[in-house]
Amino acid sequence: MINIVWAIVFVLVAPLIGGLIAGIDRKITAHMQGRVGPSIFQPFWDVGKLFEKENAVVNETQIFYAICYVVFMAFTGAIFFAGGNLLLVIFALTLAQIFLVLGAYAANSPYSYVGAERELLQIMAYEPMVILAAVGLYVATKSFNVSDIAATTVPVILLVPGIFLGFIYVLTIKLRKSPFDISTSHHAHQEIVKGVTTEFSGPSLAWIEITHWYETVLLLGFVFLFFAFSPLLGIAAVIIVYLLEILIDNTNARVKWQLAVKSSWLIALVVGVVNLAALYFLNGGVS
Amino acid sequence: MQLTQLLIFLILFPLIAAFFLLIAKKDLERDWIVRLSALVIGVASVYLLITTFDKGAVLISFIPAAEAGVVMFGLEMLIAVFILYLGITYKKWHVVALILVQSALMLYFELFYAHGVHVESNLFIDEFSNIMAMIIGIIGSLICVYSLGYMKFFHESHKEMPDKRPWFFAVLFLFLSAMFGLVFSNNLLWVYFFWEVTTLCSFLLIGYTKTPEATNNAFSALWMNLLGGIAFTVAILWLAIYGGGVMGLSDLLTTGKAIALIPAALIGFAGLTKAAQLPFSSWLVGAMVAPTPVSALLHSSTMVKAGVYIIVRFAPIFQSTFTGYLIAMIGALTFLIASGIAISQSNAKRVLAYSTIANLGLIVACAGIGTYEAVWAAILLIVFHAISKSLLFLATGTVEHRIKSREIDDMNGLIVRTPKIAAMMVIGIAGMFLAPFGMLISKWAAIQAFIDAPFGFLFVIILAFGSAMTVFFWTKWMGKILSVTSDSKNIEGEVDKSEWTALTALAGLSFITTLVFPLISVKLVDPFLLATTGHATSFTLDNIIIMMLMLFLIVLLPLSIMIPHRKHRHVSPYMGGRTTTQDLRFSGSLGVQKKTVLSSYYLHPYFGEAKLRPVGIWLCSALIVIMLLATVAKGVIL
Repeated sequence: MINIVWAIVFVLVAPLIGGLIAGIDRKITAHMQGRVGPSIFQPFWDVGKLFEKENAVVNETQIFYAICYVVFMAFTGAIFFAGGNLLLVIFALTLAQIFLVLGAYAANSPYSYVGAERELLQIMAYEPMVILAAVGLYVATKSFNVSDIAATTVPVILLVPGIFLGFIYVLTIKLRKSPFDISTSHHAHQEIVKGVTTEFSGPSLAWIEITHWYETVLLLGFVFLFFAFSPLLGIAAVIIVYLLEILIDNTNARVKWQLAVKSSWLIALVVGVVNLAALYFLNGGVS
Repeated sequence: MQLTQLLIFLILFPLIAAFFLLIAKKDLERDWIVRLSALVIGVASVYLLITTFDKGAVLISFIPAAEAGVVMFGLEMLIAVFILYLGITYKKWHVVALILVQSALMLYFELFYAHGVHVESNLFIDEFSNIMAMIIGIIGSLICVYSLGYMKFFHESHKEMPDKRPWFFAVLFLFLSAMFGLVFSNNLLWVYFFWEVTTLCSFLLIGYTKTPEATNNAFSALWMNLLGGIAFTVAILWLAIYGGGVMGLSDLLTTGKAIALIPAALIGFAGLTKAAQLPFSSWLVGAMVAPTPVSALLHSSTMVKAGVYIIVRFAPIFQSTFTGYLIAMIGALTFLIASGIAISQSNAKRVLAYSTIANLGLIVACAGIGTYEAVWAAILLIVFHAISKSLLFLATGTVEHRIKSREIDDMNGLIVRTPKIAAMMVIGIAGMFLAPFGMLISKWAAIQAFIDAPFGFLFVIILAFGSAMTVFFWTKWMGKILSVTSDSKNIEGEVDKSEWTALTALAGLSFITTLVFPLISVKLVDPFLLATTGHATSFTLDNIIIMMLMLFLIVLLPLSIMIPHRKHRHVSPYMGGRTTTQDLRFSGSLGVQKKTVLSSYYLHPYFGEAKLRPVGIWLCSALIVIMLLATVAKGVIL
């Protein structure tokens, strides 16, 4: 059931794809803002430069947490692409995320501290919807295994459209896009400087950037699962969803955390109850 | 026959230890009695597992029930008189009223129905009892050992309090004895007797310090548990009058829902009070006034575990009944609301208390659903929760003696100030909510169990929200501990040997149980489920391998810190361009030196106790009323 080859492919290739996506993202964003924008390979040059820089730290444990963050993110993605259990993927993802938060706490710096607290708020905001998305996929395909869900012939999206929309909503948080880039953003000009990543620099920051690429690929893989019955449609959906995220990013100002948590929870609750209840009764009382 | 002796030994040995502890006045004597007894109890509970391994449920019927019954009834009446006396002295009239009602009911049963009740087997042992016995025997005795160091320090730093340690340790061991009795009893009258003894013990321990607050909270625990006790007596009476005198747990579980559902609902209610489910959660939070080892004992291996134990026992009766769903809903809502309240708590012990209530809620939810998958999750939750929670309480107690505070904000930088204890604490917290540790495996199983059950989607949604909040409050605590405050000094000092033994043993257990949980599942939980529900779970090998890999990484990565690496340049944290000193002091306006203080989010307006608790109390009270009414109505119609 578990396919080691895919796991290895993910670990090796995902940073390349994720980096390219980030480059394209910046290009499109620039065009939306009437700029030319950098080359689509710019993220790679940026990260390469970070690796050449001195690793100045507040304390050594930060490096440890950054490494844990990337290791567990790669591990999470590997489980996913190897066809593992979706719930396990979500739990491993939380674990990876916790290491970033702990890294921010470890610096004992006001800005990264607030960033860490806000990051936790964000986790709290998206977590229910992510679990419900996995549950929705399970109800539609009768399996939590990514390998089974990917091989299904059931048009999953037609069974869980509400849950899919809810997932897209929290995807904005996960991809750190405006209006939900509350704990950190790609720009260090916000009220809490760069939030979680304020105290990371040089190679540690480079690792965090690479982790972000891993995560992007993993999340887009998650989106694909809703359309897995037709791979072409799936790839189209992934592209459209990401373009939509870029559009949202460029047309929205950052909101307060209250709105982020409340709206995500409300959406998760409504789509969760409505969509799962509808499926439940359509199936004649058996989930 | 040998097994009978072993069970009776486990019930009576702690009593003997309690007696000797009562008369031992010297510290040294007490130390040795507690250590040796703890060792004996631990070894005996492991030996019990070995002798009954792979034997399934064994019923034991050699005991003269009539004589034992008379003795127990006599003791019950003595306890009642004792509580009555205390209730009158402290003018707690609700307690007086409750104990009078309860005693009257028991007396009525004893006079008119007791002779008609005959139970073939009074004691029994099966895999579930075995698991419980291990929890009581190992974790319970470790807490007793820990108490040696803690209580010594406690009385050194609280000179104003009378030193009643002989009494304290005697009650601890009495508690263990009652818990063993509870999980080994097949006769419901026996279960009830031990049930009442645990109520008494917790009352005595919570009120140990005799401050007005402690006394008040002890009585509040007492009246809530007495309410459960009354429900238990009503269940016994009902069985005697309408149930044909079926009083054996094993018989009752096989008689079918028609007879068993009403007593199950009543005993389930008793379980809800003991497991501190909403609306009865306040007694467990109030119990925090007691010395920390008491909290550890109440929360991990005794008391609240008795409540969930009995509900899990009745799970086959609850399965796919309206009663079962309502009990499950009470548990699920308790999980949700208590997790929310935990966010707003700044006192470490209160966070632990609400987290216990929440996790017990999850166990109750699983038991109420009652399918084999749900019961599997419930039992594993009981095991893992006992280990992590006792570790956390004991670590908090040890830290408290060093920083003189229970506030989480005061625990900033513990990893620098008390590195070894902080590491223990982090292991405990990680055990509570992070993959791949036990609690998370159980939560995972709970999601799977809920979604496969009828109307399970409602429970899954509640679980999804509740566990998101869990992540929030645990991680912010963990972050506090792991903040590296470079200016702090190490204040760990010499940790008392008995405290250290308990802490390391429990931390080791967190890893070991996570490592061998597939074995626990296959060899203990599955045979139990097969016998009671006819199904066994299957956990795919792939998932186990992945989790072992994660555990391996979690253990390996921290070791990487020890690898010598090149020195990095240290910079001070970014402070918006202000000039700061090494310990983050900066000059504020008017040139005053300010220290940077970092405090967590508690989100009071959203998750405050005052806001959420009333909601929970009303919702769950309403559900309890509906549950009892619906069960009775169904019973009458049938």
